Amino acid sequence: MAHTHKSNWELIKNGIFSENTIFRMAISLCPSIAVTNSLKNGFFMGVSVIFVQTMVNLTVSLIRNFINPKIRIPIFMLVIAGYVSLIDMSMAAFARPVYKQIGLYIQLIVAFASIFARAEVFAVKNKIVPSIADGLGMGIGFFFAMIIISFFRELLGKGALWGVPIVSGNPLLIMILPAGGFFAVGLLMGFFNWVDIKMAERKAAQETTM
Amino acid sequence: MDFNKLFQLIVAASLINNFVFTRFLGLCIFFGVSKKMETAVGMSITFTAVMVISAALSWVVFEYIMLPLDISFLKIIVFIGIIAAFVQSADTIMKKMSPSLYYKLGIYLALITTNCIILAVPLINSGEGYTFLESMAFGVGSGLGFALALIIMASIREKLELADIPAPFRGLPISFIIAGLIALAFTGFSGLITL
Repeated sequence: MAHTHKSNWELIKNGIFSENTIFRMAISLCPSIAVTNSLKNGFFMGVSVIFVQTMVNLTVSLIRNFINPKIRIPIFMLVIAGYVSLIDMSMAAFARPVYKQIGLYIQLIVAFASIFARAEVFAVKNKIVPSIADGLGMGIGFFFAMIIISFFRELLGKGALWGVPIVSGNPLLIMILPAGGFFAVGLLMGFFNWVDIKMAERKAAQETTM
Repeated sequence: MDFNKLFQLIVAASLINNFVFTRFLGLCIFFGVSKKMETAVGMSITFTAVMVISAALSWVVFEYIMLPLDISFLKIIVFIGIIAAFVQSADTIMKKMSPSLYYKLGIYLALITTNCIILAVPLINSGEGYTFLESMAFGVGSGLGFALALIIMASIREKLELADIPAPFRGLPISFIIAGLIALAFTGFSGLITL
């Protein structure tokens, strides 16, 4: 229940690295596979989540003193759904071709465990500025994951980035198929775990030599 | 009534457009509860029931309240409200009426509110303009498809406990790769029925 003592910058970093939604917490996984078949889709999804996460944290933090704890869940849901509707309609108006592909997943940001969790765990107990920082960090962490996954998938699957062909020759079609999404996320998660294990080993080795 | 169409919808929703393997929804729960066969079965039953009922409720509200009032742009908010309210009341009713069933399935019920498939079904139903029976068929098919995915995954993961997996891949990463392999198998269903 304690207020946070971290600086805003630390809060942002926390969201990007140590509590990265996709690779560390393994929640809100659905879009990580569904919309990452091209960099553009991944980018738009990431931006939408940054927006929703930050605004939800801001709003919840603003009204935190008026919320009766017993009905907090429906209230959070309403706040989230409001912002999601906003971004859903703006995308439908301004980014039509992308919206046709990922519209359903934009609407489903409502059911994101990560956004709800940050409102419940963080924003409702903290002041406005740290809440914004936390939301921004979480959103950027998600964005970052989307970009990495979609970068690899589009490059390997189509030999292109952002729709622009880069590599000629036969691309690995499997990477843009549904199955490729699972493989990409699995391999990347494995890679991050491997880095973690190596880092821990190095730290341990340093400590013993000292 | 065109039963052919309904049957096609069920098959299409459960096999060809399987929610987990081709639309990638409900992955959190899919990876979360597929460690054990018993929980997977419990989840599947609860899930299918909630899916069908919430699809029916949402259809009625959408068709008879939201369309006449021309407020269909509020559908995200309304559907999530309907589902949350229904799950909450099912939870309370089950606790009072049948405590033994509640202890078996109650925990899954709480998890379901934040599941994207449950919300996706009414959204797709309203987007495609399905009739009441078609919506129900789509709900049943989606539920069956999710159950199938969950049970296949659980049976593989139970065996996986005994396997010697490279350390960085233990746990979730290997589950993702297995899911990828199953998804590859499921792409074989595409083209089975053309709607």
